[in-house]
Amino acid sequence: MNFAILSPEVRWFLISIGAILVLATVIVQALIRLKPGIDLGSLAQRVNSWWVMTGVFTFAMVLSRNISLGFFAFISFLALKEFLSLIPTRRADRRVLFWAYLAIPLQFLWIYLEWYGLFIIFIPVYMFLLLPLRMVMIGQTQGYIRAIGTIHWGLMLTVFCLSHTAFLLILHRVDAPAEVPGVGLVLFLVVMTQFNDVCQFLWGKSLGRSKILPKVSPGKTWTGFLGGVVTTTLAAWQVGPFLTILDAGQSLLAGLIISIGGFIGDVNLSALKRDLQVKDSGSLLPGHGGILDRIDSLTYTSPLFFHFVYWSFHWHTFGTGFGK
Amino acid sequence: MIKNVNNLCRLLFFALFMRPFMLIMLGLNVRNRERLPEAGPAILVANHNSHLDAITLMSLFPLRMLQKIRPVAAQDYFFRNPLLKWFALRVIGILPIDREMKSKRKHPLSGINAALKRGEIVIIFPEGSRGCPEQLGKFKAGIAHIAKDNPEVPVNPVFMHGLGKALPKGEALLVPFFLDIFVGDNLRWEGNRNRFMETLTARMTGLAAEAEFPPWD
Repeated sequence: MNFAILSPEVRWFLISIGAILVLATVIVQALIRLKPGIDLGSLAQRVNSWWVMTGVFTFAMVLSRNISLGFFAFISFLALKEFLSLIPTRRADRRVLFWAYLAIPLQFLWIYLEWYGLFIIFIPVYMFLLLPLRMVMIGQTQGYIRAIGTIHWGLMLTVFCLSHTAFLLILHRVDAPAEVPGVGLVLFLVVMTQFNDVCQFLWGKSLGRSKILPKVSPGKTWTGFLGGVVTTTLAAWQVGPFLTILDAGQSLLAGLIISIGGFIGDVNLSALKRDLQVKDSGSLLPGHGGILDRIDSLTYTSPLFFHFVYWSFHWHTFGTGFGK
Repeated sequence: MIKNVNNLCRLLFFALFMRPFMLIMLGLNVRNRERLPEAGPAILVANHNSHLDAITLMSLFPLRMLQKIRPVAAQDYFFRNPLLKWFALRVIGILPIDREMKSKRKHPLSGINAALKRGEIVIIFPEGSRGCPEQLGKFKAGIAHIAKDNPEVPVNPVFMHGLGKALPKGEALLVPFFLDIFVGDNLRWEGNRNRFMETLTARMTGLAAEAEFPPWD
């Protein structure tokens, strides 16, 4: 248990999230009691799932660094599995899919080794070159480009993009090597991304009129999008300096990146679901749908926020020359 | 004594291996789980895609019911070597069926009828073999005989999708996929063989049509 080494800010932040969940539960339960006419079952389910997700996430974050890495690897596995179960696949490609799964333990091994250089090219370069080789060895050319394209697209989104969140955990600054800024940064990224989802939903539901992408996501409105961007950016500006190593200006910019990136990640997965004619990506999280429904925004915010942070400070990772 | 050891083996196999494996490596989406029988005698009729079909269905039941659940499986396949025979018969608890009907003395379905008389839950794959993965084959009529012999026993159709992709016939490499399991309303023998088969097949194709599955070709 490294709860003791969590900064007081992180502890306060976790406690506040717990308080918000208690509040949400009380409100939903009160609504169910006071207005028995309206069916709020799915909202109650949604809040219950939030409790489970927050609980699991918090434990994974506070127990130890390696447990956190394992947790993110498992989320990537669930997301890739859901993606591959959702898309059309070819019987002949079972072995290619198996190799795609093997990218997960390797990608997280590079993170464990703090090996930035390999982490950042392994899937875009090596898996990109290896999977077609495995596929031509099987030799089925009918549907080849669709098969290799979809598998690699899924691998990029569910493993490469998401693993950037985990890489935040192992970062150490050159000028403050003893500090562990990762936990605060990951909490900031994940909570702001989810907060942005909720804000865009609430703004859109209460005030939304003109649709922003009617062909992809008919429920999304300009008011929802802009309301989310403003609310999330302001919240990030307030929370960032308290929770992370970012100053007020950087936090503001990070909030902008997360709110806009989160929106694009969301509609990107919406377009995929619309193409496949499914409503939800799965049924793992009652009230929410599948794991991809919950982490769609994170597939964009994770690499975008990571590189923003990575370029804003001087970091020490394996192979960067520090301490040799 | 030996029986207790076997039951313990079965319990440990499911509790420590099969259930975590199902939860982590594969992942189940079960629709209408409440339609599964809460006690025997009962018959589960499922489509057959993979070796894992029977143990997947078994893992849907509470551990305390495990020793009451008996998948019907081909004797010629599972009795090939002693270790497999021991595992199939003692740990999983299959009801062996003689597909080739070599023995004329014993009726091939008598074991199933006896199990139902003992109040057990019998799992049957009326397609006869795993066939083409993820394609619903024609049901053989043996199931109608069993229903006729046991008219008071409910028959639950169960449609499964995914295992034929994860571990199809002739493959030893498991590739993770989410599984869909749709449990249907039960039916009973009503005195007519053709009508029974038609109703059962209709229920099954109805369950299969409940979701749009991505192409697998």
